[in-house]
Amino acid sequence: MHELAVTQSMLDLVLEEANKTGSGKVQKINLVFGELSGVVGDCVQFYFEFLSKGTPAEGASISFRKIPTQARCRECGEVFTPEEFDWSCPKCHRVGVEITAGKELYVESIEVE
Amino acid sequence: MEIKVLKDILSANDQIAQRNRALLEKKNVFTINVMSSPGAGKTSLILETIRKLKNKVSMGVIEGDISSTIDAEKVKREKVPVLQINTGGECHLEAVMVNRALDNLPLDDIGLLFIENVGNLVCPGEFKLGEDRKVLILSVPEGDDKIYKYPLLFHLADAVVINKIDLLPYTKFDLEGFSLALKGINQKARLFQVSCTTHEGIEDWTDWILSSMQLQKRRGRKKP
Repeated sequence: MHELAVTQSMLDLVLEEANKTGSGKVQKINLVFGELSGVVGDCVQFYFEFLSKGTPAEGASISFRKIPTQARCRECGEVFTPEEFDWSCPKCHRVGVEITAGKELYVESIEVE
Repeated sequence: MEIKVLKDILSANDQIAQRNRALLEKKNVFTINVMSSPGAGKTSLILETIRKLKNKVSMGVIEGDISSTIDAEKVKREKVPVLQINTGGECHLEAVMVNRALDNLPLDDIGLLFIENVGNLVCPGEFKLGEDRKVLILSVPEGDDKIYKYPLLFHLADAVVINKIDLLPYTKFDLEGFSLALKGINQKARLFQVSCTTHEGIEDWTDWILSSMQLQKRRGRKKP
Protein backbone atom coordinates (compact mmCIF):
# COMPACT_ATOMS: atom_id res chain seq x y z
CA MET A 1 0.00 0.00 0.00
CA HIS A 2 2.94 2.31 0.61
CA GLU A 3 4.47 1.59 -2.81
CA LEU A 4 3.90 5.12 -4.14
CA ALA A 5 6.12 6.60 -1.41
CA VAL A 6 8.63 3.76 -1.77
CA THR A 7 8.80 4.17 -5.57
CA GLN A 8 9.24 7.95 -5.34
CA SER A 9 12.10 7.50 -2.82
CA MET A 10 13.68 4.83 -5.03
CA LEU A 11 13.48 7.07 -8.10
CA ASP A 12 15.02 10.02 -6.21
CA LEU A 13 17.86 7.78 -5.04
CA VAL A 14 18.47 6.34 -8.51
CA LEU A 15 18.50 9.76 -10.20
CA GLU A 16 20.89 11.13 -7.57
CA GLU A 17 23.30 8.20 -8.04
CA ALA A 18 23.11 8.42 -11.85
CA ASN A 19 23.71 12.16 -11.70
CA LYS A 20 26.81 11.65 -9.50
CA THR A 21 28.46 9.57 -12.21
CA GLY A 22 27.51 12.06 -14.90
CA SER A 23 25.86 9.31 -16.89
CA GLY A 24 22.90 9.65 -19.18
CA LYS A 25 20.05 7.21 -19.28
CA VAL A 26 19.38 4.67 -16.57
CA GLN A 27 18.79 1.27 -18.19
CA LYS A 28 18.20 -1.01 -15.25
CA ILE A 29 17.57 -0.81 -11.51
CA ASN A 30 18.44 -3.80 -9.34
CA LEU A 31 16.19 -3.73 -6.33
CA VAL A 32 16.32 -5.98 -3.26
CA PHE A 33 13.32 -6.32 -1.00
CA GLY A 34 12.51 -8.61 1.89
CA GLU A 35 9.30 -10.53 2.27
CA LEU A 36 8.50 -8.68 5.52
CA SER A 37 8.75 -5.24 3.90
CA GLY A 38 5.31 -5.81 2.39
CA VAL A 39 6.36 -4.21 -0.90
CA VAL A 40 4.51 -5.50 -3.96
CA GLY A 41 6.74 -5.56 -7.03
CA ASP A 42 3.92 -5.09 -9.54
CA CYS A 43 2.83 -1.90 -7.78
CA VAL A 44 6.36 -0.50 -7.76
CA GLN A 45 6.58 -1.24 -11.50
CA PHE A 46 3.27 0.50 -12.14
CA TYR A 47 4.14 3.64 -10.17
CA PHE A 48 7.64 3.72 -11.61
CA GLU A 49 6.39 3.94 -15.18
CA PHE A 50 4.23 6.87 -14.17
CA LEU A 51 6.72 8.72 -11.93
CA SER A 52 9.81 8.29 -14.13
CA LYS A 53 8.26 9.93 -17.22
CA GLY A 54 10.51 12.73 -18.49
CA THR A 55 13.44 11.72 -16.22
CA PRO A 56 16.69 9.95 -17.23
CA ALA A 57 15.21 6.80 -15.68
CA GLU A 58 12.22 6.68 -18.02
CA GLY A 59 11.99 3.27 -19.69
CA ALA A 60 14.44 1.61 -17.29
CA SER A 61 13.68 -1.96 -16.35
CA ILE A 62 13.48 -2.99 -12.70
CA SER A 63 14.82 -6.29 -11.47
CA PHE A 64 13.29 -7.41 -8.18
CA ARG A 65 15.21 -9.78 -5.93
CA LYS A 66 12.93 -10.97 -3.16
CA ILE A 67 14.52 -12.15 0.09
CA PRO A 68 12.48 -14.70 2.04
CA THR A 69 12.05 -14.27 5.78
CA GLN A 70 14.73 -16.05 7.77
CA ALA A 71 14.96 -16.49 11.51
CA ARG A 72 17.61 -17.75 13.92
CA CYS A 73 16.56 -19.54 17.11
CA ARG A 74 17.92 -17.72 20.18
CA GLU A 75 18.14 -21.03 22.06
CA CYS A 76 19.87 -23.46 19.71
CA GLY A 77 20.98 -21.21 16.85
CA GLU A 78 19.04 -23.10 14.17
CA VAL A 79 18.43 -20.95 11.08
CA PHE A 80 15.05 -21.53 9.42
CA THR A 81 12.20 -20.07 7.39
CA PRO A 82 9.21 -19.54 9.70
CA GLU A 83 5.96 -21.31 8.84
CA GLU A 84 2.89 -19.20 8.20
CA PHE A 85 1.37 -19.70 11.66
CA ASP A 86 4.35 -20.97 13.58
CA TRP A 87 7.51 -19.09 14.47
CA SER A 88 8.83 -21.72 16.89
CA CYS A 89 12.12 -23.47 16.17
CA PRO A 90 11.68 -26.64 14.06
CA LYS A 91 14.66 -28.23 15.84
CA CYS A 92 14.28 -27.48 19.57
CA HIS A 93 10.61 -26.31 19.38
CA ARG A 94 11.25 -23.30 21.62
CA VAL A 95 9.96 -19.82 20.76
CA GLY A 96 12.22 -16.79 20.54
CA VAL A 97 13.87 -15.87 17.28
CA GLU A 98 16.02 -13.18 15.84
CA ILE A 99 14.98 -12.14 12.34
CA THR A 100 18.07 -12.44 10.17
CA ALA A 101 16.59 -11.68 6.75
CA GLY A 102 13.38 -10.39 5.21
CA LYS A 103 13.39 -6.72 6.21
CA GLU A 104 15.58 -5.51 3.31
CA LEU A 105 14.51 -2.63 1.09
CA TYR A 106 17.42 -1.21 -0.89
CA VAL A 107 18.81 -0.43 -4.32
CA GLU A 108 21.67 -2.84 -4.98
CA SER A 109 22.93 -1.28 -8.20
CA ILE A 110 21.92 0.60 -11.30
CA GLU A 111 22.98 0.09 -14.89
CA VAL A 112 23.59 3.22 -16.92
CA GLU A 113 24.68 4.05 -20.45
CA MET B 1 27.97 0.18 -16.93
CA GLU B 2 26.84 -1.11 -13.55
CA ILE B 3 27.13 1.18 -10.52
CA LYS B 4 26.93 -0.30 -7.03
CA VAL B 5 24.49 1.69 -4.90
CA LEU B 6 23.63 -0.41 -1.82
CA LYS B 7 21.49 2.27 -0.25
CA ASP B 8 18.25 1.90 1.68
CA ILE B 9 15.36 3.25 -0.32
CA LEU B 10 13.90 5.01 2.69
CA SER B 11 17.19 6.60 3.78
CA ALA B 12 15.83 10.09 2.97
CA ASN B 13 12.94 9.49 5.39
CA ASP B 14 15.33 8.09 8.01
CA GLN B 15 17.47 11.23 7.83
CA ILE B 16 14.50 13.51 8.45
CA ALA B 17 13.39 11.19 11.27
CA GLN B 18 16.81 11.67 12.87
CA ARG B 19 16.38 15.43 12.61
CA ASN B 20 12.98 15.18 14.31
CA ARG B 21 14.53 13.04 17.02
CA ALA B 22 17.32 15.55 17.63
CA LEU B 23 14.82 18.42 17.92
CA LEU B 24 12.57 16.44 20.29
CA GLU B 25 15.54 15.44 22.45
CA LYS B 26 16.71 19.05 22.65
CA LYS B 27 13.25 20.10 23.79
CA ASN B 28 13.01 17.17 26.25
CA VAL B 29 9.92 15.75 24.57
CA PHE B 30 9.32 12.00 24.96
CA THR B 31 7.57 10.79 21.83
CA ILE B 32 5.41 7.72 21.26
CA ASN B 33 4.37 6.59 17.78
CA VAL B 34 0.98 4.88 18.22
CA MET B 35 0.06 2.39 15.51
CA SER B 36 -2.80 -0.05 14.91
CA SER B 37 -5.41 -0.98 12.37
CA PRO B 38 -8.42 1.38 12.05
CA GLY B 39 -10.76 1.16 15.03
CA ALA B 40 -8.44 -0.69 17.43
CA GLY B 41 -8.54 2.27 19.83
CA LYS B 42 -5.58 4.57 19.18
CA THR B 43 -7.52 7.75 19.93
CA SER B 44 -9.34 6.11 22.86
CA LEU B 45 -6.06 5.00 24.46
CA ILE B 46 -4.51 8.44 23.95
CA LEU B 47 -7.57 10.11 25.53
CA GLU B 48 -7.50 7.66 28.46
CA THR B 49 -3.80 8.38 28.95
CA ILE B 50 -4.36 12.15 28.85
CA ARG B 51 -7.07 11.89 31.53
CA LYS B 52 -4.88 9.68 33.73
CA LEU B 53 -1.65 11.68 33.41
CA LYS B 54 -2.76 15.27 32.97
CA ASN B 55 -1.74 16.26 36.49
CA LYS B 56 1.68 14.64 36.13
CA VAL B 57 2.96 15.55 32.67
CA SER B 58 2.16 18.06 29.93
CA MET B 59 1.10 16.33 26.75
CA GLY B 60 0.61 17.04 23.06
CA VAL B 61 -0.80 15.02 20.17
CA ILE B 62 -0.19 14.80 16.44
CA GLU B 63 -3.16 13.15 14.74
CA GLY B 64 -2.56 11.40 11.42
CA ASP B 65 -5.54 10.57 9.26
CA ILE B 66 -6.22 10.31 5.57
CA SER B 67 -8.93 12.97 5.98
CA SER B 68 -11.13 14.72 8.59
CA THR B 69 -10.35 16.36 11.95
CA ILE B 70 -12.66 14.14 14.04
CA ASP B 71 -9.84 12.77 16.25
CA ALA B 72 -8.17 16.17 16.70
CA GLU B 73 -11.48 17.65 17.89
CA LYS B 74 -11.77 14.91 20.53
CA VAL B 75 -8.26 15.63 21.82
CA LYS B 76 -8.88 19.39 21.80
CA ARG B 77 -11.74 18.91 24.25
CA GLU B 78 -9.18 17.61 26.75
CA LYS B 79 -7.38 20.99 26.48
CA VAL B 80 -4.22 19.48 25.06
CA PRO B 81 -2.29 20.99 22.13
CA VAL B 82 -3.10 18.96 19.03
CA LEU B 83 -2.19 19.13 15.39
CA GLN B 84 -4.02 17.24 12.67
CA ILE B 85 -2.13 15.92 9.66
CA ASN B 86 -4.30 14.90 6.72
CA THR B 87 -2.23 12.69 4.47
CA GLY B 88 -4.71 13.02 1.60
CA GLY B 89 -4.54 9.35 0.67
CA GLU B 90 -1.19 8.19 2.02
CA CYS B 91 -1.69 5.20 4.30
CA HIS B 92 1.02 6.14 6.83
CA LEU B 93 2.80 9.15 8.31
CA GLU B 94 6.26 10.07 7.04
CA ALA B 95 9.03 11.91 8.88
CA VAL B 96 8.64 15.02 6.72
CA MET B 97 4.96 15.37 7.67
CA VAL B 98 5.85 15.14 11.35
CA ASN B 99 8.67 17.64 10.81
CA ARG B 100 6.18 20.24 9.59
CA ALA B 101 3.80 19.44 12.45
CA LEU B 102 6.57 19.91 15.06
CA ASP B 103 7.08 23.47 13.79
CA ASN B 104 3.51 24.22 14.74
CA LEU B 105 3.39 22.71 18.23
CA PRO B 106 4.48 24.45 21.47
CA LEU B 107 7.30 21.95 22.11
CA ASP B 108 8.65 23.94 25.08
CA ASP B 109 5.41 23.19 26.91
CA ILE B 110 5.18 19.49 25.99
CA GLY B 111 6.82 16.65 27.93
CA LEU B 112 5.04 13.74 26.29
CA LEU B 113 4.00 13.72 22.65
CA PHE B 114 1.78 11.12 21.03
CA ILE B 115 1.91 10.68 17.28
CA GLU B 116 -1.21 8.82 16.24
CA ASN B 117 -0.36 7.15 12.96
CA VAL B 118 -2.83 6.41 10.17
CA GLY B 119 -4.83 3.25 10.94
CA ASN B 120 -2.89 0.49 9.17
CA LEU B 121 -0.98 -2.61 10.29
CA VAL B 122 1.48 -2.68 7.38
CA CYS B 123 2.81 0.59 6.04
CA PRO B 124 3.64 2.63 9.17
CA GLY B 125 6.26 0.02 10.08
CA GLU B 126 8.64 1.11 7.34
CA PHE B 127 8.64 4.82 8.17
CA LYS B 128 10.54 6.09 11.19
CA LEU B 129 9.24 9.40 12.48
CA GLY B 130 11.81 10.29 15.14
CA GLU B 131 9.93 8.66 18.03
CA ASP B 132 11.37 7.27 21.28
CA ARG B 133 8.95 4.33 21.41
CA LYS B 134 6.77 2.47 18.94
CA VAL B 135 3.52 1.22 20.44
CA LEU B 136 1.19 -1.16 18.68
CA ILE B 137 -2.43 -1.63 19.71
CA LEU B 138 -4.29 -4.82 18.86
CA SER B 139 -7.95 -5.00 19.81
CA VAL B 140 -9.60 -8.25 20.86
CA PRO B 141 -12.21 -8.35 18.03
CA GLU B 142 -9.42 -8.27 15.41
CA GLY B 143 -8.26 -11.72 16.49
CA ASP B 144 -5.01 -13.16 17.86
CA ASP B 145 -3.75 -14.26 14.42
CA LYS B 146 -2.78 -10.74 13.30
CA ILE B 147 0.74 -11.27 14.61
CA TYR B 148 1.28 -13.94 11.95
CA LYS B 149 -0.35 -11.95 9.19
CA TYR B 150 1.50 -8.67 9.87
CA PRO B 151 4.68 -9.75 11.67
CA LEU B 152 6.82 -6.68 10.92
CA LEU B 153 4.95 -4.22 13.15
CA PHE B 154 4.76 -6.74 16.00
CA HIS B 155 8.47 -7.34 15.62
CA LEU B 156 9.32 -3.62 15.75
CA ALA B 157 7.05 -2.57 18.64
CA ASP B 158 8.48 -1.55 22.04
CA ALA B 159 5.09 -2.24 23.59
CA VAL B 160 1.96 -4.05 22.46
CA VAL B 161 -1.35 -3.03 24.00
CA ILE B 162 -4.27 -5.45 23.78
CA ASN B 163 -7.34 -3.21 23.91
CA LYS B 164 -11.03 -4.05 24.45
CA ILE B 165 -10.26 -6.90 26.90
CA ASP B 166 -13.80 -6.44 28.26
CA LEU B 167 -14.86 -8.28 25.07
CA LEU B 168 -12.69 -11.36 25.77
CA PRO B 169 -15.61 -13.49 27.04
CA TYR B 170 -17.41 -13.03 23.70
CA THR B 171 -14.53 -14.00 21.40
CA LYS B 172 -12.07 -16.82 20.83
CA PHE B 173 -9.07 -14.55 21.35
CA ASP B 174 -6.29 -16.68 22.88
CA LEU B 175 -4.30 -14.33 25.14
CA GLU B 176 -1.82 -16.97 26.22
CA GLY B 177 -1.17 -18.07 22.65
CA PHE B 178 -0.76 -14.50 21.52
CA SER B 179 1.65 -13.70 24.34
CA LEU B 180 3.79 -16.72 23.41
CA ALA B 181 3.77 -15.77 19.73
CA LEU B 182 4.84 -12.23 20.60
CA LYS B 183 7.74 -13.51 22.70
CA GLY B 184 8.70 -15.55 19.66
CA ILE B 185 9.30 -12.61 17.35
CA ASN B 186 9.91 -9.79 19.81
CA GLN B 187 11.65 -10.39 23.12
CA LYS B 188 11.81 -6.73 24.16
CA ALA B 189 8.14 -5.77 23.77
CA ARG B 190 6.08 -5.16 26.92
CA LEU B 191 2.54 -6.51 26.73
CA PHE B 192 -0.39 -4.63 28.29
CA GLN B 193 -4.02 -5.66 28.55
CA VAL B 194 -6.45 -2.76 28.75
CA SER B 195 -10.01 -1.72 28.19
CA CYS B 196 -10.63 1.92 27.39
CA THR B 197 -14.32 1.31 28.21
CA THR B 198 -13.91 -0.17 31.71
CA HIS B 199 -10.49 1.54 32.32
CA GLU B 200 -9.02 -1.83 33.32
CA GLY B 201 -5.24 -2.03 32.96
CA ILE B 202 -4.76 1.63 32.08
CA GLU B 203 -2.59 2.26 35.11
CA ASP B 204 -0.06 -0.44 34.13
CA TRP B 205 0.22 1.22 30.75
CA THR B 206 0.63 4.77 32.09
CA ASP B 207 3.17 3.52 34.69
CA TRP B 208 5.22 2.11 31.83
CA ILE B 209 5.12 5.47 30.02
CA LEU B 210 6.26 7.31 33.15
CA SER B 211 9.08 4.86 33.85
CA SER B 212 10.19 4.95 30.19
CA MET B 213 10.30 8.75 30.41
CA GLN B 214 12.44 8.53 33.57
CA LEU B 215 14.77 6.06 31.91
CA GLN B 216 15.16 8.31 28.91
CA LYS B 217 15.90 11.32 31.14
CA ARG B 218 18.64 9.44 33.00
CA ARG B 219 20.17 8.33 29.72
CA GLY B 220 20.00 11.90 28.42
CA ARG B 221 21.93 13.19 31.42
CA LYS B 222 24.70 10.67 30.87
CA LYS B 223 25.40 12.09 27.43
CA PRO B 224 28.59 14.15 27.17
